[in-house]
Amino acid sequence: MLDKLIMYLEYPFVRYAIIVGVLIALCSSLLGVTLVLKRFSFIGDGLSHVAFGALAIASVLKLTQKMVLILPITVLCAVLLLRTGQNTKIKGDAMIAMLSVGALAFGYMLMHLFSTSTNLSGDVCSTLFGSTSILTLTAGEVGLCIVLSIVVLSLFVIFYHKIFDVTFDENFSRAVGTKTDIYNLLIAVIIAVIIVLAMNLVGSLLISALIIFPALSAMRVFKSFLSVTICSAVFSVSGALIGILISILAGTPVGSTIVVADAVLFALFCLTGAVKSR
Amino acid sequence: MSEKRAQIVCKALSLGYENQAVVEDLSFTVHSGDYLCIVGENGAGKTTLMRTLLGLIEPLSGEIVIGDGLRLNEIGYLPQQTEVQKDFPASVWEVVLSGCQARKGLRPFYNKEEKKLAEEMMQKMQIENFRGHCYRELSGGQQQRVLLARALCAARKILLLDEPVSGLDPKVTAQMYQLIKELNEEGITIIMISHDISAAVRYASHILHISDHIFFGTTEEYRNSKTGQFFLSMEGGAVDA
Repeated sequence: MLDKLIMYLEYPFVRYAIIVGVLIALCSSLLGVTLVLKRFSFIGDGLSHVAFGALAIASVLKLTQKMVLILPITVLCAVLLLRTGQNTKIKGDAMIAMLSVGALAFGYMLMHLFSTSTNLSGDVCSTLFGSTSILTLTAGEVGLCIVLSIVVLSLFVIFYHKIFDVTFDENFSRAVGTKTDIYNLLIAVIIAVIIVLAMNLVGSLLISALIIFPALSAMRVFKSFLSVTICSAVFSVSGALIGILISILAGTPVGSTIVVADAVLFALFCLTGAVKSR
Repeated sequence: MSEKRAQIVCKALSLGYENQAVVEDLSFTVHSGDYLCIVGENGAGKTTLMRTLLGLIEPLSGEIVIGDGLRLNEIGYLPQQTEVQKDFPASVWEVVLSGCQARKGLRPFYNKEEKKLAEEMMQKMQIENFRGHCYRELSGGQQQRVLLARALCAARKILLLDEPVSGLDPKVTAQMYQLIKELNEEGITIIMISHDISAAVRYASHILHISDHIFFGTTEEYRNSKTGQFFLSMEGGAVDA
């Protein structure tokens, strides 16, 4: 088995997949705690569908660098969703549900109408579940992914305390003069970037898993924000590594294998949490 | 009264959301060292007033003048607990330290003075032994002490407390009132929202009663006013306090 693994690792596309997988897993886990606690989990889900719609438009326009279109559209929607989420008059969750199924339907219809590919359902399936796209990354895409990951990581470290402040008690933060709107906006933009990145790894339907599983698992066992954040980063990277390696060896689809690995780890953490609290 | 400096002066305030006034024509003055209790029924606009004082919402009309070298964001705030906090993984230390967020500004990390201030406030509130404990696992009274320590990190002159004893048992409630009284005796101005009119007249120096008829004055004046006598008799004769 080890021989087989070493043989696979000699291919550059396998190494790319592992580098990108680990980076995406790391980034997506960081904001998970904030998203779960601010009841923003649904925004991640809605945005991933928007990203799918944007990808469909990009394919129809035959753009070579699809990111150029997907990233701005997703960031824009993130900002819009956050604005409506704060406005109590418009039901934020209904708005998100509408936007996300709308984008999904719109994207599929576009692909159906304009696709020249002979295997349309295969194409759609791989965008939704990310079955092959991570194994076909070019060096340029890997580079972009590394740059964006570094940006996300450094923003998170610089604003770590502010993110804690606005997550734990937004009213208190505003009362002492912290510009919470700006930090909420920052959080939304980072989420959008992470989702666009993660589409390559697990496809747009499974992204939420990467964001939510690590945070929920870490919260079962750890008690402070810092330890939860570190634990979810470690959790997410391990889940991604295990998932990618299993999928290489067993030939299973990458995205769903990672999510299954995360789910198994989550069960283990629940068990640990239950034992610890006794 | 003349030697005391006015910290907050509210003139003909009209408060509410989206042009729907909850309270109209509200005027009062808070001097340094005062202990003001804001009482009134649910929905009368107590929390709206507090949110306006904190600058979280704009008054519909009227003005708030902040004096005594105070800036609007130098008011320490003890909010009511939110849903989010009930399952938030945060240590006591992290929560108290977040009171220094305004001092820190855009610096990514807290410096030594800020950490020292947080230590001092934890000692003051006698929670230094809970430093590494998880906030959500503390008792109600301990949680309020943590939030008080955080509020004190943010501001030393004036504290706004929103229902600080709600959900606490009678013994812890008494301790909490005692703690707030001690802070007031150290010279910190206290503005407190409360349901508990009998405790309000026992501890506060001034009362602001918001209902159809707005009353503002010293506690003594409140006891002798019609509003005060009516509500105190409803509370079950706590006038003797």
